[in-house]
Amino acid sequence: MRERQYDAVVIGGGAAGMAAALRITGAGYATAIVEREEGLGGILMQCIHNGFGLHRFKEELTGPEFAERLIEQVNTSKIDVFLKTTVMEITPDKDSRKLVVCGPDTGVMQLNARAVVLAMGCRERNRGNLGIPGTRPSGIFTAGLAQRLINIEGYVPGRRVVIIGSGDIGLIMARRLHWVGAEVLGVVEILPYPSGITRNIVQCLQDFHIPLYLSHVVTRIDGRDRVEGVEVAPLENGAPDKSRAFPIACDTVLLSVGLIPENELSQHAGVRIGHDTGGPVVDARLMTNLEGVFACGNVLHVHDLVDWVAEEAERCGDGVVAYLEAGAVPMKQGAVTPGANVKYVVPHHYLPGQDAHFSLRALIVKDRAELLVRRAGSVIKRRVLRHVKPAEMIYFKISGEELPPSPAREAPASLEIAVE
Amino acid sequence: MSDECYDVAIIGAGATGAAVARRLAAYELRVVLLEKCVDVCFGVSKANSGIIHAGFHHPVTSLKARLEIRGNLMFEQLHHELGFPFKRVGILVAAFSEEEMKTVQRLYQQGMANGVPRLEICSSERMRLLEPKLNPDVVGGLYAPTGGIIEPYRYVFALVENAQRNGVTLKTEFEVAEARHDGDAYTILSRRGDRIRAVRVVNAAGLYADEVSRIFGGEEFKIIPRKGEEFLLERNAAGLPRQVIFPVPGRHTKGILVIPTVEGTMMVGPTATEVEDKEDRATTAEHLEMVFAQAVQMVPVISRREIITSFSGSRPVLEGNDFFIDISKKAPHFIQAAGIQSPGLTASPAVAEYIKDLLKQDGLALVEKSAFDPTLPPVPRVREMSTAQLAAMAAQDPRYGHIACRCETVSEAEIVEAIRRGHATLDGIKFYTRAGMGRCQGGFCTYKVLKIIARETGLPMEAITKRGDGSYVLSHRIAPDMLAGEVGHA
Repeated sequence: MRERQYDAVVIGGGAAGMAAALRITGAGYATAIVEREEGLGGILMQCIHNGFGLHRFKEELTGPEFAERLIEQVNTSKIDVFLKTTVMEITPDKDSRKLVVCGPDTGVMQLNARAVVLAMGCRERNRGNLGIPGTRPSGIFTAGLAQRLINIEGYVPGRRVVIIGSGDIGLIMARRLHWVGAEVLGVVEILPYPSGITRNIVQCLQDFHIPLYLSHVVTRIDGRDRVEGVEVAPLENGAPDKSRAFPIACDTVLLSVGLIPENELSQHAGVRIGHDTGGPVVDARLMTNLEGVFACGNVLHVHDLVDWVAEEAERCGDGVVAYLEAGAVPMKQGAVTPGANVKYVVPHHYLPGQDAHFSLRALIVKDRAELLVRRAGSVIKRRVLRHVKPAEMIYFKISGEELPPSPAREAPASLEIAVE
Repeated sequence: MSDECYDVAIIGAGATGAAVARRLAAYELRVVLLEKCVDVCFGVSKANSGIIHAGFHHPVTSLKARLEIRGNLMFEQLHHELGFPFKRVGILVAAFSEEEMKTVQRLYQQGMANGVPRLEICSSERMRLLEPKLNPDVVGGLYAPTGGIIEPYRYVFALVENAQRNGVTLKTEFEVAEARHDGDAYTILSRRGDRIRAVRVVNAAGLYADEVSRIFGGEEFKIIPRKGEEFLLERNAAGLPRQVIFPVPGRHTKGILVIPTVEGTMMVGPTATEVEDKEDRATTAEHLEMVFAQAVQMVPVISRREIITSFSGSRPVLEGNDFFIDISKKAPHFIQAAGIQSPGLTASPAVAEYIKDLLKQDGLALVEKSAFDPTLPPVPRVREMSTAQLAAMAAQDPRYGHIACRCETVSEAEIVEAIRRGHATLDGIKFYTRAGMGRCQGGFCTYKVLKIIARETGLPMEAITKRGDGSYVLSHRIAPDMLAGEVGHA
């Protein structure tokens, strides 16, 4: 079997993988990207709507335009790109990581790397994961698959559509389906508030008079060969109120009910996965429990904006560079734990004396909430947040001065981050 | 022009019909296998749990107990000849009270009377040793090491392929609508107007065996659909057991089981509800709750978070619950194989043997075919290859290097092979290759599979179906005036 040596191999050529790889190659290290699709760009390539890049590029781009900016940089860099290539296995060793990859053009090959970056993104939660009752006809799609079929393949999946879940992809697809001539009969959301960001509620539903049924669930999918309709019921004290259930005749059901980090490859290699993120548990430099194996982007935790994915991936790239230069972090790291009303905080550790960037998700909807960082019981940082909700990720930074080292020989005190 | 005339027509290409077809393929006979669906194994057998039962659940007086035991013993040979995956993982019946232990005693006696090999009654400690994931409250139970698991569709596909290689004709989308006997043979008409002739007929029509019997003027009986809902959990699920775990059975059903599938996923179920509609394939929220409550009682670490899909199928139940396999006393040269519910899959090779004997009794001349080949060349599957094997295959045919279904590691070459063997629907490909059967349930591979089908068959994308009939996947192409991207509109 052919073998190739790299300083770093990045798995996944989407926004996260490219941003991380660019950072590593920029520091002069031999870097490769392994991508299973025919081109770089990842899921951005099917996101032909605009709204990307407002933070990173200070302008409004479409998904492919955002990706193109990274792809151009990758193409003019020294990064080796393996397209149509799937990583079959990662074997962690003390000094290097071995990856078996395969593809129609590359055949089977072994890539040896000192560092590996997991950037495989996520998959869509599906009907089975939710246990939506009813029959199993044709015409049930996850929103991302429908997006692919319309925007890349050029086919409309159906004419009369009900969307389950108000996640961002679902909202974007409501508008997209409307524009390609399908009738969107409603978006059904189990929560009392939308799961997608406000901008998409306004621009994708309200502007087209598409009804949004909050606190409603689809209690049944009907149809033998093809979807014939759904039954929708309002929630009453957390359970569907069957007496007020109503049918919607449709031929297509789209699901936009959340994303799951794709970590089967990581798990197989021995990477420890956090219960609340579905992604690897990482240290302050985004390294997993396996030495030399890093993670960033949606494989680490599901983001809502690609701008933040790219930024996190660059920090991950910096972590890889630091590792390639000096090995694993020599000093003890402090734990970071979710406090009140927080689902998770990433990364799961910090380094005393160094700037730290955190991403977290709230468990509550609240106006004028307060973000509180406690260390050894006392509040070391406060920030007022205008509005918090689970759908919108909270990002914040703590400077190294705010995180002084603990007294010698003592483990750094853990940080508890709360939204109150 | 005279219609083609077969010696035997088998109606229904499920486990029973396929096993009969393959058995008859060993003789100098013209045999046709008729299936109303677009592919084989698309009816009752599709939703089978895949368990090869040990043979202790049914009384020795029943036909099904005899055929179950005999069938169970035939699977090693079939597995070696046909290559479908089969593992004798063993079966446990877990008892949680002294009262339930009495039933275990009864099952043990019944199993011994039936001739189940190596059956044993276990203490709580032995049960937990055999299956460490069992609820520690287990009082004891029954262990049947001869129980096993297979993939029902791979089994049926292999039987049909082997039958076809040995000269059996398969006609799919042939739904029997009419039959007349003219003294020599039956003329059988399909709903679409196709016509064949056959001297003898085997009714293996599953849920529709009653209707088929009526069409041929056979016995009057009623098949009652007993629906079972089942839930599939992902690979490496926390609750994945070593053996198939049964509760102590109720009066009519074997209860909610925890099943390791032969491919490494796991299932819990099935429920058992009698329904009116034979096509009722719906699952319900109530049953999901019930199934998980009962499964977790046996294996507490089972997590609902790991469900990837649910499905249901109906068992074709006859009054009295036994199989009805006999030469019809009303219709000439008509063999009934009705009421083949659990343990129908286990029994199927023995049922085929039994039906072969009935046909002989009915006057069919059985002359062994010297050229009969009981084996099937293995279909290469990337999932089953070592790295070196994959390297060699991919070097030979790059399509083995293209992993189209990432969750179940299925290559483009395997999908092409499935299509060439006549499985050109999304479900047909899923059952043949496992593409789309994994954790993402086709979220990533569906568009790839659609494109491969279109390329290989020449069908337009809109004509591809999930499982035939009206189950189209894509409605239409985007009209050219709507092809503009979104930016122009925004």
